[in-house]
Amino acid sequence: MNLIVCVKQVIDPEAPPASFKIDPATNKATVQGAAPVIDPYGEYAVEASLKIKEAKGGKVTAVCLGTALQREVVKKPLSMGADDLVLLEDEAYVNGDTWSTASALAAAIKKIGAYDIILTGREASDTNAGQVGPAIAEILGIPCATIVKKIEILDGKARVERMVADGYEVIEIPLPCVLTITNELGEPRYPTIKGIMMAKRKEPIVWKPADLGVDAAKLGASGSRAKMAKLFQPVKEGKCEIIGGDTPEEAAAKLAMRLREAKVL
Amino acid sequence: MADNMGVLVFCEVTNGKLAGSAAEGLGIGKQLAASLGQELNAVLIGSGVNANADMVASLGAAKVYVADDPILKDYQTDPYIQVLQKVAAEMKPAILILGQSSVGRDLAPRIAFRLGSSATLDCIELAIDPAGKKLLMTKPVYGGNARAIFTSVTMPQVVTIRTKAMTPAQPDPSKKGQVIKVDAGLTPDSVKAKLVNKVAQQAEGVRLEDAAVVVCGGRGIGGAEGFKQLDELAKLLKGATGASRPPCDNGWLPQTQQIGLTGKIVAPELYIAIALSGSSQHMSGCSGSKTIVAINKDPEANIFREARFGVVGDWKKILPAFTAKVKELLAA
Ligand SMILES: Cc1cc2nc3c(=O)[nH]c(=O)nc-3n(C[C@H](O)[C@H](O)[C@H](O)COP(=O)(O)OP(=O)(O)OC[C@H]3O[C@@H](n4cnc5c(N)ncnc54)[C@H](O)[C@@H]3O)c2cc1C
Ligand SMILES: Nc1ncnc2c1ncn2[C@@H]1O[C@H](COP(=O)(O)O)[C@@H](O)[C@H]1O
Repeated sequence: MNLIVCVKQVIDPEAPPASFKIDPATNKATVQGAAPVIDPYGEYAVEASLKIKEAKGGKVTAVCLGTALQREVVKKPLSMGADDLVLLEDEAYVNGDTWSTASALAAAIKKIGAYDIILTGREASDTNAGQVGPAIAEILGIPCATIVKKIEILDGKARVERMVADGYEVIEIPLPCVLTITNELGEPRYPTIKGIMMAKRKEPIVWKPADLGVDAAKLGASGSRAKMAKLFQPVKEGKCEIIGGDTPEEAAAKLAMRLREAKVL
Repeated sequence: MADNMGVLVFCEVTNGKLAGSAAEGLGIGKQLAASLGQELNAVLIGSGVNANADMVASLGAAKVYVADDPILKDYQTDPYIQVLQKVAAEMKPAILILGQSSVGRDLAPRIAFRLGSSATLDCIELAIDPAGKKLLMTKPVYGGNARAIFTSVTMPQVVTIRTKAMTPAQPDPSKKGQVIKVDAGLTPDSVKAKLVNKVAQQAEGVRLEDAAVVVCGGRGIGGAEGFKQLDELAKLLKGATGASRPPCDNGWLPQTQQIGLTGKIVAPELYIAIALSGSSQHMSGCSGSKTIVAINKDPEANIFREARFGVVGDWKKILPAFTAKVKELLAA
């Protein structure tokens, strides 16, 4: 099995909301006091690819597009057990939309050559788009299943479970295909000491637009079909009435009475 | 690009009935069509969905495209794309609206890219820019910490709308639409990713999406046992029990009870948040609630920035006393 997994470097989505700021000059978001991380659903996708590799054998290649990629962050898939890491690191790749991002990733996937399953997260924690996986499928002309929580490889196809509102669906999808992965898959594994040592030694492969043979006009901002006109933080009123008491039990009773008074109960 | 005109709403049908997103899509679709001075149309896809066409017309669609075929009985990505492609080729809409459901999430990006365009998912506001007549699409990003307004360079402008974010259209039975049959030339080969089974995992009692009261627990509840106490309060208030992501990940309650950005979106009258921190991703699923009440031992927890009423303390002490007092008040 040739497995390709797409992971992204993002600002920490678990940082307290109060530390989240937007720089109006650059329209970029930051969190104070937290280092960047691998996008969490991308990490579930890495876990999914490693599970397939364990069951069927093969090779896992991680691909990451961005700039200022911190090696200790983007090497996490390697320390978890991936075999190779390809970085699309160049100014030309960034500030695009899901389409131009997917176009570059698809070009890299074609250059890698052999692929049976391409895995992405169900949505990145910054864009909350859920589109890069489906876009890769459209570009490569292969089928795609989204929000997948379980994968079983059969002969020439995969049997996957896809989360829906009231349960899950079982889908059989021919290979090669794209799968977008959800947290119901189960927690990603921790890197092992051996994995960390291997990742330290492994040099990522870096591909510039010229290496992919793609036209710069198709990348980043100039290749985008959607434009972000504005990025802003919604205003919060935040006027919580804290109800106290001499004991927790008293506070609880007072809360119930206050809700009755406010006609909430 | 200048050829594209009008608004097309994909009206999802579940178990023979129109999904809530259909009326919501037609509600906002009507406004957008009016600002553009263009037509509002709809598309129904499924098996036996012909029966829903009059209802869709009464909700304001001038033309109702209907693809009624046994192959379309359950949602499968590939044939649904094929049908929408066909309808889009006939109508050339400027705007295509779907709901942010399991179906819309899967279908919207695929059809948008197939048509050479882009999609913006989970929109909470849609408006026409008076200057360029472009659609302004507002969606939460960074897990709800921020919002972004997008425009599309390409046509059609494809969106999904967040559940309960738009005012639904009201039916007017005197309104009749033109029903147009769609033959997309489907064959069994149209299906690439094939649905082989559906497994329901519904919790008993009131459905989370319909509940007027939601009692929601977080990681701090500590286990399945603790959730029984939340169930007791929910039952008393004729509501439903939900959870943030960690309790679902840990199997303390079904995965279908997760509330948030990647779970269910609820907007009850009363939302009681217990031992959860109020992460932006969680709040994305419940910030539309009328009154939020928080119980948390950490006075700095973000949930106290979101709630209307709160008690700081250990839920194990607070919840039983609160439930007892509620019982007493309701009996009086
Ligand atoms: C892209 C993305 C999508 C996500 N989607 C969702 C989603 O849909 N829904 C969702 O919920 N999360 C989602 N998450 C995860 C989210 O970021 C948080 O990790 C999660 O919401 C935290 O859950 P929690 O508040 O229960 O846990 P924690 O943040 O650990 O909070 C537990 C709280 O319990 C309190 N507590 C502990 N013990 C007690 C006690 N005895 N009495 C009173 N209080 C106590 C603590 O003070 C703390 O505030 C998503 C994350 C990402 C990156
Ligand atoms: N810049 C990127 N580099 C690598 N993978 C990405 C990138 N952007 C998105 N992805 C993948 O696509 C998934 C969905 O992203 P999105 O469509 O932006 O929500 C992520 O979880 C990643 O797996």
